[in-house]
Amino acid sequence: MKIKQISVFLENKKGRLYEALTAIAKEGVNIRALTIADTSDFGILRMIVNNPELAKKALEEAGFTTKITSVIAVGVKDQPGGLAEVLKILYEGDINVEYLYAFVEKSGEEAIVVLRTDNLDKTVNLLQQAGVKLFSSTDIESL
Amino acid sequence: MYWNKDMETLSKEKLRELQLERLKRIVRYAYERVPYYRKNFDAIGLKPEDIKTLEDIRYIPFTSKADLREVYPFGMFAVPMSEIMEIHSSSGTTGKPVVMGYTKADLEVWKEVMARSLVMMGVTKEDIIQIAYGYGLFTGGLGFHYGALAVGATIVPASAGNTRRQIELMQDFGTTVLCCTPSYALYLAEYAQDEMGIDPSSLKLKAGSFGAEMWTEEMRKEIEKRFGLKAYNVYGLTEIIGPGVAHECQLQKGLHLQEDHFYPEIIDPETGEVLPEGQKGELVLTTLTKEGVPMLRFRTRDITAFIPGECACGRTFIRIERITGRSDDMIKVRGVMLFPYQIEKAILEVQGVEPHYQIILTRPHHLDEIEVQVEVSKEVFSDEVKSLEALRKKLEKRIEEAVGIRVKVTLVEPKSLPRSEGKAKRVIDKRGLN
Repeated sequence: MKIKQISVFLENKKGRLYEALTAIAKEGVNIRALTIADTSDFGILRMIVNNPELAKKALEEAGFTTKITSVIAVGVKDQPGGLAEVLKILYEGDINVEYLYAFVEKSGEEAIVVLRTDNLDKTVNLLQQAGVKLFSSTDIESL
Repeated sequence: MYWNKDMETLSKEKLRELQLERLKRIVRYAYERVPYYRKNFDAIGLKPEDIKTLEDIRYIPFTSKADLREVYPFGMFAVPMSEIMEIHSSSGTTGKPVVMGYTKADLEVWKEVMARSLVMMGVTKEDIIQIAYGYGLFTGGLGFHYGALAVGATIVPASAGNTRRQIELMQDFGTTVLCCTPSYALYLAEYAQDEMGIDPSSLKLKAGSFGAEMWTEEMRKEIEKRFGLKAYNVYGLTEIIGPGVAHECQLQKGLHLQEDHFYPEIIDPETGEVLPEGQKGELVLTTLTKEGVPMLRFRTRDITAFIPGECACGRTFIRIERITGRSDDMIKVRGVMLFPYQIEKAILEVQGVEPHYQIILTRPHHLDEIEVQVEVSKEVFSDEVKSLEALRKKLEKRIEEAVGIRVKVTLVEPKSLPRSEGKAKRVIDKRGLN
């Protein structure tokens, strides 16, 4: 139960983020979650959108380097310790988290967290066994 | 195997004597017959008799390609047209072409040095030599033709182009020696294989003489493997004589320069200073025997170095390294000479795709710094910061290995570097030196 994330290479230059977001807005693509990883010279914009393929096409036409990668969207109880509970499962399963970020909206009483680990398949199995809610692409589109 | 053993194995002392005698004669000849030289000599108060030793050559002003263009077409000719037997001309891609006239004696010299070149790579009268350099105003075709005539090999004057026919000729006539540009040789191999279903190594080729453009050791290996031949480097230029200025012997360890006819120097392209043996710089050539258009200290713009020591083949003529760059492209950073293509090659090795890059030179604290901006292609883009950082470090390491100084690599977005018409602007010098 993996979902698609779109990543964009950004130079640390004024206006580049704006231009990237404008390119997908023009195509009517809606952003569900986003984060930026940055270094002194460049950044990587990562997004969960309602239509990753369309976003990729729009960004590439606008001259951006993009990549679609798989991540997991996890439902986390919106209370103290909610995220820690999920991370404990991964820790005990000897899985390393590459990065994570949160959705803007909630789904019912749950917050949605995007996860990328060094072993996605194992992560999916462990979380499903533990009864943690994972969101599918269809779930994301209908949010 | 030598064409002219006495000359090609002449002792260094005797060679220097001969060169000095010829240098004195050609300097006087040029001064007396070509207004361009007389004007340059007079401007600095230099007289032909001031040239007393070979080292004195450094007092003579350089001659550049631009100088030759200015006197287009016949301004450099030292003899009346009735003495000129053949005219060649280099292409005028950047302005007017350069025109060279050959007297009967000049054609004899050309034939001699080309015959030496062919014999040096093992060509005999038993060989069938296919000359796939262009015949015409370009010196490639006819230069090889004259040399092959002297050696007595069977000439197939195919000239350039018509690839399918070239391969048919090689196959049907049993060509043993191929002469063309190295890039065309690779194209021939590919064409034979892909378009005609002929394995190029099944042809009878045993040797090839390749030049007229810059090429690499990797290309040599590739050509040798594909055709199952030995590939030799030939060097020459229209302004001096055409092909035959220098050629590799069968040891393939540098090109023997025909020193009895051409006097070589290696200079620092920025200062014009003569460099010590072994150091890389721009090759400067003086024709010691040319009658039609004598050349004094012609700046070839080609970057090479003398190879110290004697060659095991027995030839005493100095060897030069394969040409590794054009002085126009050279960048000097912290006293180190480097060329954009070295950086390009390093990036290509890391990325595996044709790189887009730009070199930016700055001098923030009285010390030169190089920044290489490399576009992140789709092929190498990774979603993870640590992979991109690793890519950046790898690029820095590889480039440092290639050029010998530390550089800073910055990853930039594709197409953020300017693409001018034709050649991209590869180097931005912000050091304020000019």
